[in-house]
Amino acid sequence: MTIEQLAAIQSRRRFLKKCGAGISTAAFANLLSAEGYSTDSSKLPRVNPMAPRRPHFAPKAKNIILMYQSGAPSQLDLFDPKPGLSKWNGESLPPSLTKDLKLAFIKPNAKIMASPYKFKRYGQSGMEFSELVPHLGTCADDICMIRTMNTEAFNHDPGVLMLTTGHTQFGRPSIGSWVAYGLGSESQNLPGFVVLGSGKGPNGGSNIWGNGFLPSAYQGTRFRTTGDPILYLANNEGVSRELQRSRLDVIRKLNEKRYEETGDLEIAARINSYELAFRMQIAAPGLLDFSDEPQHILDAYGAEKEPTQAFGTNCLLARRMVERGVRFVMLNHGDWDAHQKIDENHRENCSMVDQPAAALIKDLKQRGLLDSTLVIWSAEFGRTPMIQLDRPDAGAGRDHHPDCYSLWLAGGGIKPGTILGETDDIGLKTVQDKVHVHDLQATVLHCLGFDHEKLTFHHEGRDFRLTDVGGTVIDSILL
Amino acid sequence: MVKREVVGGTFMKNLGKILFFLALVQTSSSLGWAEGSQNALSLPPVAQKPIDFSRDIEPILKGRCTMCHGEAQQLSGLRLDQRSTAMQGGYSGPVIIPHKSSESKLVRIVSGVIKDVVMPPSGERLSDDEVGLLRAWIDQGASWPLEAETALEATASSGRKKSSHWAYQPLKKPVPPEIDNPKWARSPVDHFILARLSKEGVDPSPEADKYTLFRRLHLDLIGMPPTPAQITAYIKDSDPAAYETWVDRLLESPHYGEKWAMQWLDLARYADSDGYEKDLVRPHAWRYRHWVIKALNDDMPFDQFTVEQIAGDLLPNATTEQKVATGFHRNTLKNREGGVKIEQFRFEEIIDRASTVGTVWMGLTVACAQCHDHKYDPITQKDFYSLFSFFNNADEVNIDAPLAGEMGPFLSQWPRYRTEREELLQKNRVYELMPAWEEKMRLAARNPGKWTDLDHAYDALGKYLDNGHGIVEKSPSERTRKETDSLIDHFVVNYHRIITKEFNKELNYKDLLRGNSSFPSGKLQDLKDKFPAVSEAQTIAESAQGRKSNIHIRGAWNQKGIEVSSAVPAFLGSLENTTNASRIDLAEWIISEDNPLTARVTVNRIWQEYFGAGLVRTSENFGSQGETPTHPNLLDWLAADFIEHDWSLKKIHKTIVMSTAYRQSSAARPELVTQDPDNRWLARQQRLRLPAELVRDSTLAVSGLLYPKIGGKSVRPPLPPGVTGLSYGNSQQWPEESDGRDRYRRGLYVLLQRTIPYPQMATFDATSREITLCKRERSNTPLQSLNLLNDPVFTEAAQALAVRILSESKQSFSERLLHAFQIALARTPSDEELESLQKYYHRQTQIFEQEPGAAEKLAPVELAGISRIETAAWTGLSSVLLNLDEFITRE
Repeated sequence: MTIEQLAAIQSRRRFLKKCGAGISTAAFANLLSAEGYSTDSSKLPRVNPMAPRRPHFAPKAKNIILMYQSGAPSQLDLFDPKPGLSKWNGESLPPSLTKDLKLAFIKPNAKIMASPYKFKRYGQSGMEFSELVPHLGTCADDICMIRTMNTEAFNHDPGVLMLTTGHTQFGRPSIGSWVAYGLGSESQNLPGFVVLGSGKGPNGGSNIWGNGFLPSAYQGTRFRTTGDPILYLANNEGVSRELQRSRLDVIRKLNEKRYEETGDLEIAARINSYELAFRMQIAAPGLLDFSDEPQHILDAYGAEKEPTQAFGTNCLLARRMVERGVRFVMLNHGDWDAHQKIDENHRENCSMVDQPAAALIKDLKQRGLLDSTLVIWSAEFGRTPMIQLDRPDAGAGRDHHPDCYSLWLAGGGIKPGTILGETDDIGLKTVQDKVHVHDLQATVLHCLGFDHEKLTFHHEGRDFRLTDVGGTVIDSILL
Repeated sequence: MVKREVVGGTFMKNLGKILFFLALVQTSSSLGWAEGSQNALSLPPVAQKPIDFSRDIEPILKGRCTMCHGEAQQLSGLRLDQRSTAMQGGYSGPVIIPHKSSESKLVRIVSGVIKDVVMPPSGERLSDDEVGLLRAWIDQGASWPLEAETALEATASSGRKKSSHWAYQPLKKPVPPEIDNPKWARSPVDHFILARLSKEGVDPSPEADKYTLFRRLHLDLIGMPPTPAQITAYIKDSDPAAYETWVDRLLESPHYGEKWAMQWLDLARYADSDGYEKDLVRPHAWRYRHWVIKALNDDMPFDQFTVEQIAGDLLPNATTEQKVATGFHRNTLKNREGGVKIEQFRFEEIIDRASTVGTVWMGLTVACAQCHDHKYDPITQKDFYSLFSFFNNADEVNIDAPLAGEMGPFLSQWPRYRTEREELLQKNRVYELMPAWEEKMRLAARNPGKWTDLDHAYDALGKYLDNGHGIVEKSPSERTRKETDSLIDHFVVNYHRIITKEFNKELNYKDLLRGNSSFPSGKLQDLKDKFPAVSEAQTIAESAQGRKSNIHIRGAWNQKGIEVSSAVPAFLGSLENTTNASRIDLAEWIISEDNPLTARVTVNRIWQEYFGAGLVRTSENFGSQGETPTHPNLLDWLAADFIEHDWSLKKIHKTIVMSTAYRQSSAARPELVTQDPDNRWLARQQRLRLPAELVRDSTLAVSGLLYPKIGGKSVRPPLPPGVTGLSYGNSQQWPEESDGRDRYRRGLYVLLQRTIPYPQMATFDATSREITLCKRERSNTPLQSLNLLNDPVFTEAAQALAVRILSESKQSFSERLLHAFQIALARTPSDEELESLQKYYHRQTQIFEQEPGAAEKLAPVELAGISRIETAAWTGLSSVLLNLDEFITRE
């Protein structure tokens, strides 16, 4: 056995030890083949933390697109119609109904505000959407709406950390990092977990795509809106591709020599990292070049006009990434945090996201990608049925509401055209089928073929997982 | 229950469900709940028969409760196998109230009427009949006959058993074992290593070559590579003591403190901003970092280093520096987001302080016990909140902490500053306007929820001014000068947050709210900036409030259980002072002989830096879930030696780097790959990728760009466009870049804004320091490659390195390359490397000749007598050296 072969064994052993129960035997076999040095013409072992791996059982979904709606849109004005509210409009609720409410700004005796928007039933499912999101309405039969989400956090940062990391405080890995860690990536020239943003920066900052205690290979790579799409992707001025290639060749050669002297596998990994970096330099600009998209697709996403341009571009990019094997795409849009002037805020945000989000579902579907791509629309929580009116002239808003809010899923093994959960007539409490954020996460991991209790990472003396100590897969919405 | 006339239909139906749900919640939220029809309905009926404890009750308790609430474990502080403890109850109070079964938590929790909790937590629920029996027993007086007492009670009363876990056993200094080859050993450390290797039948590795060793020593002790002149001197020096001379020299270098501060700052979760949504910059945080660097450079004994950070403010006649040390605790995250409950996040900060101290000094993951007794280790929730209690009464206080040389200019200008400040405040009627506002704040404090406007202003007072709520309650004469000034500053600077239109109407603050207010919020700062200032520091100090501490049920800030007093974890020992122990008592116990963990944990983390892994691999966890030491006796020897030498860190560093074990080659050995894949036996050294800061430092150092100033404020090197967009609502900006030399400071001085990580740091595994960290990951990603290839800092370094090579070495290509290798890699190139690089050099010149202008872009500086193409090709070559795996690795 050569030193390289021995080193490869060593690397796998170390990797599997760290993964603990996280990776199944099947994954081990897969890993062996993915790193099979026998197939590689080079004498270097292939050490790639993003090598594709198999999950615990056969998955429905291969890719995830998470549309995080930062700041929390009002479910009562978009997805969960409550005609019952109008009966209370302008009145306070009795204290018995509100005594356990956790509210950030307003007092429990704040007055009820009925939604001013008309709702309409769409498709065969008859799912209701408000007039602010007519495009999403046309996807009703592809959507699974959960109306009874709940979370512990009632402030933005803890809330979005709960959604993305399963815990209200900083320090845990993002769901995208967990997925990249569990599955690796199909793409050999793009990162496995990509983050796109539009509007204002998201709550939680970079923590929501951070790798936490997982190796940083699994952190989200932010595609930027200014400058290079990936930080430091472009060569320095004066460096042509040819010059770059010759530079990388000599770096490789010297690194290989060092590897021969030391037998340290990290050098092999370093060489692979440089090669992937070079492939990214070539692939990323192509990803961003929409000239191969027909006009009707660009129009459907609204990628070339305001106000849909930013989110539309990102949705189209998300589809192109999924096509190229990117495992997890996070699309952040904000800011929905309408404590004041909710009408103005929600009309503006809906005009930016409704059309592109719907276009993405349809486009994935027509390409046969929706079955294997799970699209998730979620905020960190919802908004209260009560009005927030800080000052008479401030313009009506709604406060944070973590007890019941709506989100939707589409594709990836989720039952289309379904509504899960029932809220009471004023949208204050769940009546039936309460779903916790950990349940959502358990379900998303299930769609990817993971038992959420077994996708773990040993850290600080215990096995951590995305769903912390909770989570139950929501069987009723699975196909 | 409130009755309300409502229109029928589904709403009525749903309202019914809500009311029922609320009823359940209500029952759980108060134990003093009165018998009511709704609630009685949800409990199973009382058994209608006389109860015999041994026949009816004991089997239930024994069968379903005592495995967790018995002799072996008393989860949630509850023990149900003996009368006295059962009647006492658990952390949340009594669970059995004789004659009142429906109020007894025992009954309610097994019946499932408490929201989200039902006991037993696994297996079948208790049947209605069983609950009925429990109810009947309680209603009949909960009699527990003496003969039914378990015989265990008498023996169990002496307290918890001592743990037999290795890490908690007293520390003794082992005698270094005999070894076959005593000549190999240069230090007692080597005896332990070689004895283990002999046992495994493996030879140690040969010593690394002189070049490698010299560079290793520099990177490990000061975090920067040696210069060519130093290398030459060392290689030529044939004195057998040359190595030791260099060890001593490097330990005396002021860069030693910088290098080793990095590890400590990870532990201390040091950052320059609050974290969370607002993520405000902490302008004084750096003063604590400054203290750490100096303490390490002075080789402050680790016991003193410990006491000052945990309780420096409580030392008799505490000096300013001792107070600055308590800045350790100020590095917690702080959430100033609108709408958060101030007490909740104060609670979260105290939780973090307690668990950080547990991890840093005791290697214990105590945080689990925030919510429940530790599953594996003998740490109970009571232990955790007893530790919490030490920190619960500490307030956050900012103090003046002048550095040498600051006081003179400050004092000489002070009168002028005060005069101008007063004029500014007078002119803008601040003194006229403030009293009414303060009155409103006190009003808001007493009437929460009454006026939304005032609530917001009051909230902002608590969030934007440390201890703002405390200060406004004091009468003006009680306030210190600093408190008075800070309240005025808050009023003036944040007036837009605290004075709303409604407010204005009443107080007539019209002027303030006109479009372009002349209110001097910016001017006040300008004025401060104009005058010399003294540095300030974030510290903690005991509060006059005397806050009581409680166990918090399931870790929730607003669910208090029984009261606890400050105490060290019971399984580790106890303090003499059991009633009002202070942080000083805690700190002194931490460094006392009674606690074997501190020295073990500390030397282990130091070892980890030198070998890539600690003797205990789980350096963050010495509990039963952690790994056992690979060399237990070596660990104890080092720990005991550390204490014996007055906790001198420099001494322990020297002991390790002088050892033969440390000096081994790091090359992999085929025969060891299967036998010892993780290098646990230490038959060789380990190649270690440099931490993020040292990647930067080494690059700046070899290029000659580094500005090696020690300590001081944080710096803001230029950020690529778009990076600040990460922060919430783009709220944080990178206001002004540091200019001139400050752009080239070492990595540990780069402003650490938690929501805008400096890209190169994040890419190379530096965290944003939200929580304490004992060991960083070392990842290997394409983004790192792109960073080294194209980040302007690294490009500039390559350009500077080229200029340096070309101007320092005027001879042939190979001589220049030799110089370049010495600078960057501290060694000479092999023939093969020379050939490869020469080929690359020529390839570059060909490309530059074909691409006009390319060379000028790559090499912006014109050097006398050297063509642009030559400079550009050397720039490319320098970039190659800076991109080598070897360059960012400690070999």
